[in-house]
Amino acid sequence: MKGITRVALAGAALALSCTAALAQKETADAIARYRQLLQDGNPAELVAARGEALWKEKRGPKKTSLEQCDLGLGAGVVKGAYAQMPRYFADADQVMDYESRIVHCMVTLQGFDRATAAKNPYSGTGQRQTDIEALTAYGVELSRGVPVNIPQEHPKEKAAFDRGKQLFYMRAGPYDFSCASCHGVTGQRIRLQDLPNISQNKEDAARAFTTWPAYRVSQGTLRTMQWRLNDCFRQQRFPEPVFASPATVDLITFLGVNANGAKMDSPSIKR
Amino acid sequence: MKRTFTFPFTLLLAVLSLVTVSLIGCAVYTAPTREETLQIVKSSFQDRGIAKLDRLNQSELQVACSEVALTGKELPKDLRARLEKQALATVKLPADGVYLGDFKQGERIAQTGVGMQWSDTDKTVAGGNCYACHEISPQEIAYGNIGPSLKGYRKLRGDTPAVVSYTWGKLWNSHAYNACSQMPRYGDANILTTAQIKDLMALLLDPNSPVNK
Repeated sequence: MKGITRVALAGAALALSCTAALAQKETADAIARYRQLLQDGNPAELVAARGEALWKEKRGPKKTSLEQCDLGLGAGVVKGAYAQMPRYFADADQVMDYESRIVHCMVTLQGFDRATAAKNPYSGTGQRQTDIEALTAYGVELSRGVPVNIPQEHPKEKAAFDRGKQLFYMRAGPYDFSCASCHGVTGQRIRLQDLPNISQNKEDAARAFTTWPAYRVSQGTLRTMQWRLNDCFRQQRFPEPVFASPATVDLITFLGVNANGAKMDSPSIKR
Repeated sequence: MKRTFTFPFTLLLAVLSLVTVSLIGCAVYTAPTREETLQIVKSSFQDRGIAKLDRLNQSELQVACSEVALTGKELPKDLRARLEKQALATVKLPADGVYLGDFKQGERIAQTGVGMQWSDTDKTVAGGNCYACHEISPQEIAYGNIGPSLKGYRKLRGDTPAVVSYTWGKLWNSHAYNACSQMPRYGDANILTTAQIKDLMALLLDPNSPVNK
């Protein structure tokens, strides 16, 4: 009798734990369906359209457009450029990601001072997109379907990758976190949020790199790769990375090279 | 006479220019050192709110564990032992000898993820964010999997003094039992108060806690 009770209890416990696992799977599936449904209409298209208008508008002290900006494929070539950045630019003697390069062109072509150009790069929740965000949406849209091809030829490009890798694994701050605390093992999640293994899993790294920038539904705004890093570091309990600073470019180089070969699919839409 | 001089001189020039060309043309790439990278990292961050630049000053343990993660090499045995010993020495046991607080409060602390971000203030009451990484109470299905499941903690491990003091130590400074543990040092880094740690202890070890139902 005692044995039967024990078996029945064990059975009940098993049924309960199965129910919990099932509930979790159902929740995860519902989130996946939600993400699928979101793909139908992406407000990022409007942001990209505003970016295109901004790109062509004569602005700044020099009353010039950005149409002669060299994004690495020659002056004025936007198509496919995002997929090959960060890269080394001889005119600045440094490696730049797309957003840093936009700031550079706003300074050199349009005559803005750097502090003004790089000020407030991120919009608030539900706020109008900043110029940087709109210009980034425009650029990345013109790389949709283009394979990621971040160059690693110039010594400064190699150094950016190596520093980015070191920073990825750098544990610091009161929580002892590094990027790898969340993004260094395949199949890990925070709550029900899947975490891409950016350092060692080619497929994960590719999905992460090719789907940023993204329209963030929960924030009602488009978010860039620089913002993605910024908000990770906030949760990592680090101080704030300066927008378009060398370390952010290094980290984006590391992530981008790990995604080389995958096709850009951005702006995407995320929860 | 002149000829015999010219020939070796030209040869020397040729060799020299070859060396120069190879030095410029295919300069040997050397990867940046940790110190070089750190300098660039430090110049790339800024204070924001309560998150100050001094957070980038790594402890010996942070340096060692970053290196392990970067290179995939094992931590040298003696260093591991020393780091764990140092971490264990930081653990402050409750002065009143009471280890368990209120498991209901513990559940709230486990659910909350704020604290010490630049979006928080020094008045923010931090949480443990335990569900981000652990399965704990069976009712909560939105749990992460970076850490092991803690469901049925007391049922599986008992509540002997050894289990109680291990659990306290793990919460206070996880590195005491695993040098490069990913878990924050809730007591040692002043993330949670002693009272909050007692509440988390109760969540895991109180027989009435949902964790042990």
